[in-house]
Amino acid sequence: MSTRTIQGQKNLQDIRQASKDGIGGSPLRPDGTLKVKGEFAYSSDMWHEDMLWGMALRSPHPRANILSVDISEALKLPGVYAVLTHDDIPGSKFYGLEIQDQPALAIDKVRYHGEAIAIVAADHPETARRAVKKIKVEYEVLTPIVTEEQCLNPEVYGYVHEPHEFKSHGYGNICHSQKLVHGGGVTDEIRALADVIVKSDYEVGMQDQAFLGPESGLAVPAEDGGIDLYVATQWLHVDRQQMAPVLGLPEEKVRLTLAGVGGAFGGREDLSMQIHASLLAQRTGKPVKIVYARDESFFGHVHRHPAKMTYEHGVTRDGKLVFADARIVLDGGAYASASPAVVGNAASLGHGPYNIPNVRMEAIALYSNNPSCGAMRGFGAVQAAFAYESQMDKLAAELGMDPVELRQLNAMSEGDSMPTGQVIDSPAPVAELLQRVKDMPLPPPLDLENVDVRTLPGALSNTSHGEGIVRGIGYSVGIKNVGFSEGFDDYSTARVRLEVIGGEPVAMVHTAMAEVGQGGVTVHAQIARTELGVEQVTIHPANTEVGSAGSTSASRQTYMTGGAVKLAAEAVKQAVIEKGRRRYGWTQNDLTLAGGKVVSESQGALIPLVDLLGDEAVDLTREHHHRPTVPFDKETGQGFGHVQYTFCANRAVVDVDVELGLVKVVELTAAQDVGKALNPLSVIGQIQGGCTQALGLAVMEEIIVRDGKVRNASFTDYLIPTILDTPPIPVDILELPDPNAPYGLRGVGEAPTVSATPCIVAAIRQATGKALNRIPVRPEHITGTL
Amino acid sequence: MRVTFTANGKPVEADDVWEGESLLYVLRERVGLPGSKNACEQGECGSCTVYLDGTPVCSCLVAAGQVQGREVRTVEGLTDENGELGLVQQAFIDAGAVQCGFCTPGLLVQTDALLDNDAQPSDTDIREALSGNLCRCTGYEKIMDAVRLASARKCAKAASE
Repeated sequence: MSTRTIQGQKNLQDIRQASKDGIGGSPLRPDGTLKVKGEFAYSSDMWHEDMLWGMALRSPHPRANILSVDISEALKLPGVYAVLTHDDIPGSKFYGLEIQDQPALAIDKVRYHGEAIAIVAADHPETARRAVKKIKVEYEVLTPIVTEEQCLNPEVYGYVHEPHEFKSHGYGNICHSQKLVHGGGVTDEIRALADVIVKSDYEVGMQDQAFLGPESGLAVPAEDGGIDLYVATQWLHVDRQQMAPVLGLPEEKVRLTLAGVGGAFGGREDLSMQIHASLLAQRTGKPVKIVYARDESFFGHVHRHPAKMTYEHGVTRDGKLVFADARIVLDGGAYASASPAVVGNAASLGHGPYNIPNVRMEAIALYSNNPSCGAMRGFGAVQAAFAYESQMDKLAAELGMDPVELRQLNAMSEGDSMPTGQVIDSPAPVAELLQRVKDMPLPPPLDLENVDVRTLPGALSNTSHGEGIVRGIGYSVGIKNVGFSEGFDDYSTARVRLEVIGGEPVAMVHTAMAEVGQGGVTVHAQIARTELGVEQVTIHPANTEVGSAGSTSASRQTYMTGGAVKLAAEAVKQAVIEKGRRRYGWTQNDLTLAGGKVVSESQGALIPLVDLLGDEAVDLTREHHHRPTVPFDKETGQGFGHVQYTFCANRAVVDVDVELGLVKVVELTAAQDVGKALNPLSVIGQIQGGCTQALGLAVMEEIIVRDGKVRNASFTDYLIPTILDTPPIPVDILELPDPNAPYGLRGVGEAPTVSATPCIVAAIRQATGKALNRIPVRPEHITGTL
Repeated sequence: MRVTFTANGKPVEADDVWEGESLLYVLRERVGLPGSKNACEQGECGSCTVYLDGTPVCSCLVAAGQVQGREVRTVEGLTDENGELGLVQQAFIDAGAVQCGFCTPGLLVQTDALLDNDAQPSDTDIREALSGNLCRCTGYEKIMDAVRLASARKCAKAASE
């Protein structure tokens, strides 16, 4: 057969434009229809004939020795199939993301309020709940180690983990520390170069991811003695890696499939119910489902690290930063989780997107008997951003400068160095992003004559008709790294298959990426369409049958797994073209796939894929590794530690009822450089969602922990923004390609959560004149009645 | 106990229902309608909103026994008998208002009820009506877009009929 040209498809551009659903378009989510029909199977919807319900007994004490555990009464309850303690664990008793310091079930002591001690499997959730109540635990209650002073004086107050218990990165109750020195550091001589010095203490409360879908999943015992687990998680392979040793199984016998995930935001990076359900399934030989109740969810996952910070900045009279000195103390809680990496981020990103010639920083994470803290959107960059942006406003006020102008004067840009010495080798449009939010039109001023009280602070509570309401405006900008840092071999795997199904060329994309709502599945289909020139793309369920995709976190999945899909699709494309070359003797060097055909850039379409492939499939797997990074030097913090940086700027307009201390955010504007918007609709959705979590941290969200005990483990008492609390969020997207990233893209999801909190607080400060050094800002901080 | 009621127009019955079970549990675990979601089970988040005799309620707060002989319509019932999406469902997809989607079933029922009462609500009306439905992903902006889109389509449809 000779090469043939297909009529009507002369121009490659015409053929390419036939697909609006490739990258840069906004095709609809492949899972959207199922989700609106109520047919999408979330992890809590898993069901198996004959399944049991699992539940955990959790400690009411933050610190206690366990003297005895008596499960006999629980076992006698009709409908109870198993009650297990750490004695029943077949393998290793510990797990952890970075440090294996966390027992799967408490051994001899509990270290935080809510730690799991025993687990139950029963035929009804109520039976399981009753059985849990029948387990008798005798405690020797100890004074919890909860303050910085207590943590740093273990010889007086004790160790959260005895020094001999495991080898941590740090010492005493310090889980991890990172110092950083840049330029001349901060000395008396350098201080003397500054005309104005501003120093303040800042505090950030403990925020929760508060995803709506509770931790849940179904463990099914398999005939080969292994476990099949259907679960909502952020990283299937790292779950398996932590689970298998505890279950006493080789990794290949622990098979995970992603069940529908109802949001994550970092809260599913650590294990929750995975080991417990699997242990119960192993023991009973029956499928076991665990679904956390909302209070258990608050106990059962790590939170954002609360922080205490001291910041000092020096600046010349004309507004140039001279030095910055900071200390960040993060409370990591009882177990390490991701604390070491969070510390690395806090230290390396903790002075913000500014050129500062002389820098000093120390960031530490403590072990305490408070709830464990780990990954949450913004990961170590959020706390510091509140402090350094507050400092910028204070410096501007001292200098009598416009706060945006001060920021722009010191803004870093491409070619500048981070305090770590890393040169930023892709666009860093910090000043431009600030200008963009500043230039966007402001909402109309408050018109008290015609106002709808539902739009005022206090809203539906009808607390004000406008009296005592003051408007304020604030600005901010932030920096976040993308991907895993400090020498981590971060990679992702994708398998792409091209074949003819029902007379159409169809691509299939198979990865282990956790779709947690961010829209990765949509983007993968777009990439496959773009690279393979086909319309039909199916997404294979994510599971451990394909190589690791890494975590759906660190704003990395479009970069990493998207990059892997691109590589695999390109390999399939080349294999298909090679097949044609072998068969038809094509000699052109300009062959590609478009419009369901093999196409020569110069000669047009050569053959439909349907004809070329026949009944043969091309199926290839590729890994995408990002460029290597190195760990930061422990003492100086120097090193090429981060893969990519991402920037977002915000403006907030707030109305504050200064008498009642109530805040209504009127508008929250964002401008972000995304490198390339692979799916603009999803990008905007991510930015708006990230801004809203930042709003929550600014004015309402905090897990209240007193003496190590969580006081508000419910959606009644832990407040997240409702649609009434959330303002319009206009988004301005900048696309300056990063030459090192697939398609030039830049991670999107976290930057707005880093940057948007400080501008809201700045706006409240402008309205009230209060210092507001702690978030969330509460009414009593505004009214001064604390 | 045995509970019989109508779910999305079809008679259903559930046996061995424990007195403390919620309508949400019965729908999800006993009658095969898991579309209503179990996010807080305290009436705070709205994810489990269903129609009970035409009024939207949090099904987690309704004891199973209370629905004896009554009519329940869930998110599954917003799709017509041919599997065609309802107007509100389609608008949520088109506007990009679905991310993780866990809040979506409750929001769909609540929005459906809002537009039944007032086909052209103001933005503040929408915010008030949906203030009992938490969403953690979207920042609500695209949910506002979806409700406005559904409203416009509903009005256009009414005008053409």
